[in-house]
Amino acid sequence: MGRHLLGLEALDEDAITGVLDTAEGLKDLALRPVKKVPTLRGRTVCNLFYEDSTRTRTSFELAEKRLSADVLNFSAQGSSVEKGESLKDTALTLEAMGVDAIVIRHEASGAPEQLTRWVDAHVLNAGDGAHQHPTQALLDLFTIRERLGRLAGLHVAVVGDVVHSRVARSVVQGLVTMGAKVSVVGPRTLVPSTVAQWTRNPDAVEVRADLDGVIGDVDVCYLLRVQRERQQQQAFPSTREYARLWGLDRARLARLPDHAVVMHPGPMNRGVEISAEAADAPNAVITDQVTNGIAVRMSCLYLLLGGEQR
Amino acid sequence: MAHELVEGHHDLDRLILLGVRTRGVPLAERLAAHVAAVEKPVATGALDTTLYRDDYASAGPRPVGRTDLPGSIDGRTVVLVDDVLYTGRTVRAALDALTDLGRPSAVRLAVLVDRGHRELPIRPDIVGKNLPSAPDDHVVVRLEEIDGRDEVELLRAEPTPHADDATEAGS
Repeated sequence: MGRHLLGLEALDEDAITGVLDTAEGLKDLALRPVKKVPTLRGRTVCNLFYEDSTRTRTSFELAEKRLSADVLNFSAQGSSVEKGESLKDTALTLEAMGVDAIVIRHEASGAPEQLTRWVDAHVLNAGDGAHQHPTQALLDLFTIRERLGRLAGLHVAVVGDVVHSRVARSVVQGLVTMGAKVSVVGPRTLVPSTVAQWTRNPDAVEVRADLDGVIGDVDVCYLLRVQRERQQQQAFPSTREYARLWGLDRARLARLPDHAVVMHPGPMNRGVEISAEAADAPNAVITDQVTNGIAVRMSCLYLLLGGEQR
Repeated sequence: MAHELVEGHHDLDRLILLGVRTRGVPLAERLAAHVAAVEKPVATGALDTTLYRDDYASAGPRPVGRTDLPGSIDGRTVVLVDDVLYTGRTVRAALDALTDLGRPSAVRLAVLVDRGHRELPIRPDIVGKNLPSAPDDHVVVRLEEIDGRDEVELLRAEPTPHADDATEAGS
């Protein structure tokens, strides 16, 4: 798997399968009386979060603790960053403290990659700008494989605010690497025309504007959060219109094939990209995604930190 | 081995045969089938010790398998079943894993082959065959269920000072 996990473009089918298989062996840990194994005893992992993220940070923290790593949580708010310390100096401080791995979330695309040039520690990208969110994509792939038994040959609709979504970039790359066909759906203002070029097999990706044209044919309907806070200008006329054209409402939910699953990386805007009925539907696997996130992040830490004692 | 098991454990309802992954699992199932033939069915399960090994830092990650228990192990007699007993480190990892899974009333150890060279104070209760070997030799156990044939092979080490035993099965 390499020393770092920066994005999904670097992982081939075997590497992704390795992460998912390992996560499968780790998932049952949550059902045991003692939800902890000694594997990373003596290793120190720092969660370096420059952006707020309760969901991802706590998921990583649980994964680290279940592997018995020592955990440092560093958030930019109220830290030396507010006093003007640069990312490089923060990284060098952590390095000097003997941290073995750094899980970084940063608003700037490329920050995790830059970090690898300054530290010997393993770097895991927990989301950088609109670039990548590899562990989210891996947990999505895990959840799909768990529910539908495979990834190859599936048809997945990735719907919504693709241009601002690091999740979309990672998940589209991962799905195509694993042999799925992806329809990227949304308003033209939110779907880059180059989306197919992100992947190893551009022919496996189609860009389209109409959700109704694919909804009856997909195995997975993956809805992205409309990131209004990242939009520089109004990308669509109104929330109501967005919900009407691209939201998964009751009528579209009914048109999904019986076996199809509904996914969302959270947090959800209920009533915008997803209706309450769809979010709470029996075929929605949104809470499974959260549960599986811990096992998948344990898997990534286990595979990255193995074999290299500092 | 099955007869020894029956003779040593009169309350077979309280017994769990727990195969240590990978080759301990089919061995535990075979033992259970033999016990069922001469006495009565016994519970079986599988134990993966990967996350409890003490060589993670030096040997790196290994494939993680599932642990499947037939129910609670509290108050039961657990017989760990493995193919080869060598240094004892796998058994040490298995005992640590069991501690996290519950509190058996007793833990016993059954191995197909004991090749000696223990590095920890661990002793098997039931042994299929004692196989004297040099530390650098390889003992390879093949099973029909995994390898397509039943076979125990002793591969003598090349007479070099740097023989590699890193891939030894059932260490």
